[in-house]
Amino acid sequence: MSGKFFEEFSQDFSKNLWGAPQPLLQVEGLSKFYGARRGCADVSFDLWPGEVMGIVGESGSGKTTLLNCLAGHLAPDTGRVLFDTRAHGMQDTVTMSEPERRMLGRTDWAFVHQHASDGLRMNVSAGGNVGERLMAVGARNYGDIRERATDWLGRVEISGDRIDDRPTAFSGGMRQRLQIARNLVTGPRLVFMDEPTGGLDVSVQARLLDLLRGLVREMGLSAIIVTHDLAVVRLLADRLMVMKDGQVVENGLTDQVLDDPQHGYTQLLVSSVLQV
Amino acid sequence: MTTQTAEAGQSAYNFAYLDEQTKRMIRRAILKGLAVPGYQVPFASREMPMPYGWGTGGVQVSAATLTPEDCFKVIDQGADDTTNAVSIRKFFERTAQVETTTRTGEATVIQTRHRIPEEPLREDQVLVYQVPIPEPLRFLEPSEVETRKMHALEEYGLMHVKLYEDIARHGAISTAYAYPVKVEGRYVMDPSPIPKFDNPKLEMAAIQLFGAGREQRIYALPPYTQVVSLDFEDHPFDPSKAEHPCDLCGAEDSYLDEVITDDAGSRMFVCSDTDYCLARRDAGHEGAQGARA
Ligand SMILES: Nc1ncnc2c1ncn2[C@@H]1O[C@H](COP(=O)(O)OP(=O)(O)OP(=O)(O)O)[C@@H](O)[C@H]1O
Ligand SMILES: [Mg+2]
Repeated sequence: MSGKFFEEFSQDFSKNLWGAPQPLLQVEGLSKFYGARRGCADVSFDLWPGEVMGIVGESGSGKTTLLNCLAGHLAPDTGRVLFDTRAHGMQDTVTMSEPERRMLGRTDWAFVHQHASDGLRMNVSAGGNVGERLMAVGARNYGDIRERATDWLGRVEISGDRIDDRPTAFSGGMRQRLQIARNLVTGPRLVFMDEPTGGLDVSVQARLLDLLRGLVREMGLSAIIVTHDLAVVRLLADRLMVMKDGQVVENGLTDQVLDDPQHGYTQLLVSSVLQV
Repeated sequence: MTTQTAEAGQSAYNFAYLDEQTKRMIRRAILKGLAVPGYQVPFASREMPMPYGWGTGGVQVSAATLTPEDCFKVIDQGADDTTNAVSIRKFFERTAQVETTTRTGEATVIQTRHRIPEEPLREDQVLVYQVPIPEPLRFLEPSEVETRKMHALEEYGLMHVKLYEDIARHGAISTAYAYPVKVEGRYVMDPSPIPKFDNPKLEMAAIQLFGAGREQRIYALPPYTQVVSLDFEDHPFDPSKAEHPCDLCGAEDSYLDEVITDDAGSRMFVCSDTDYCLARRDAGHEGAQGARA
């Protein structure tokens, strides 16, 4: 069976699985260069509603570059990123106006950074961090904001009596969970995550992954997770994209790619994990 | 504003210290500020013969605003007789030979730090504020690029995060000075460190000009501009007036300073606006300790 077959199969499969009429995100020919250096090149894929896609690849393969282009943090040189907006259906987020893109960034999209300090306001209390997105979209009732912040802290297993503490007083795992609460409180439809478990102890990683998996299933979130940890992918991702030197070398259902890798590089990646 | 230009041959002297070209540049910034109420207009702040903390932004705006016919008043925390107020008043007496006054009603241009006069201002008056930090978002967002973008795109959620933090920590919005406002439903503005008691007065008949010297920003409120203090539905804005009349003039509507009157720690509450207090006493009003003062 060819990789091409897998690609078609997995796309058909996800269409059937989620029963959605059209993808949530359609990426076409996306490239980003840093001067002469290739960040990522000619990346195309569809993400369906409720689907979680993992992006793996060695350091420097372009994972973060791609994610930042998708989330509107970086302007790609070529390509389109079509997102199924609530108001106007499929819109190219590359060419839409900056206010529209930033509005998506604090409503329908969420971005979980590898380093929680990049995604949190470290000088603002946990409650304020969670409440910020609510206030950004017009919430003006303190009691309501606080109630929703308390609820979300609970959902990420942070005790309610820590609501007025700053993240500087939190452990690495707690910070990461706080970052997730802060992002999910407005009910986004698409979550971008860049190495969400990177830099955490193994036991802390496991707990965070469990939590993420629960939230993703429960909220029916679509997500794109960049990682170089195949265990993360195995646990969270329905589909997997393998990158090398800025290009996608393999793309398919997670289990199929991991159990029967087609591309030589993926085979290497998988076997190196199996040896561990 | 001035129509007078430097007199021929007198290159060392110019009306109100600044050269005409600089004043024109500042006036352009002021006009732009008036055209876009609450928007911070960058301007090329000049070195003034006084330290930044003394209100060089306000001084430059006053210099560009004063005409020879103007009558100038300077308020520092409500008083006309602090070192800062006296120096600025003297500066313009010497460099512009304008008439000066301590009477709010007589002044046509009033430069102020920390207060708005109690006496309502008129359409023919200009109030110039000395501003230390013009950016209301600075407290939570250190990046200038980002705060500019937030203003441009009206992304003001962060302002409420600051108020949220206040309530979470103190049970109420504890911001008492420089209380943020929204201007004409568009720009969020720092009214400079006036007490929030003065916020309701920001909607007034006079032109209000704000100058920040070190930060090189000018912003403005045209007469009768809508100015709304930010708050939450369940924690509405409260200008918080002390439950106390002035001990000298008996005023019940003014902002009061607490003054310690002797070594035994006796204290009294007096109007922070000294001109207002004096005018009331001249008119025969008397507070609880009025006779003693
Ligand atoms: N700001 C930048 N300027 C120049 N080159 C960059 C920049 N950011 C990334 N690159 C280059 O682009 C390529 C892709 O980098 P990217 O950070 O996307 O990789 P990555 O897959 O996220 O790596 P890692 O696993 O180490 O995070 C690399 O060659 C990198 O050196
Ligand atoms: Mg990376």
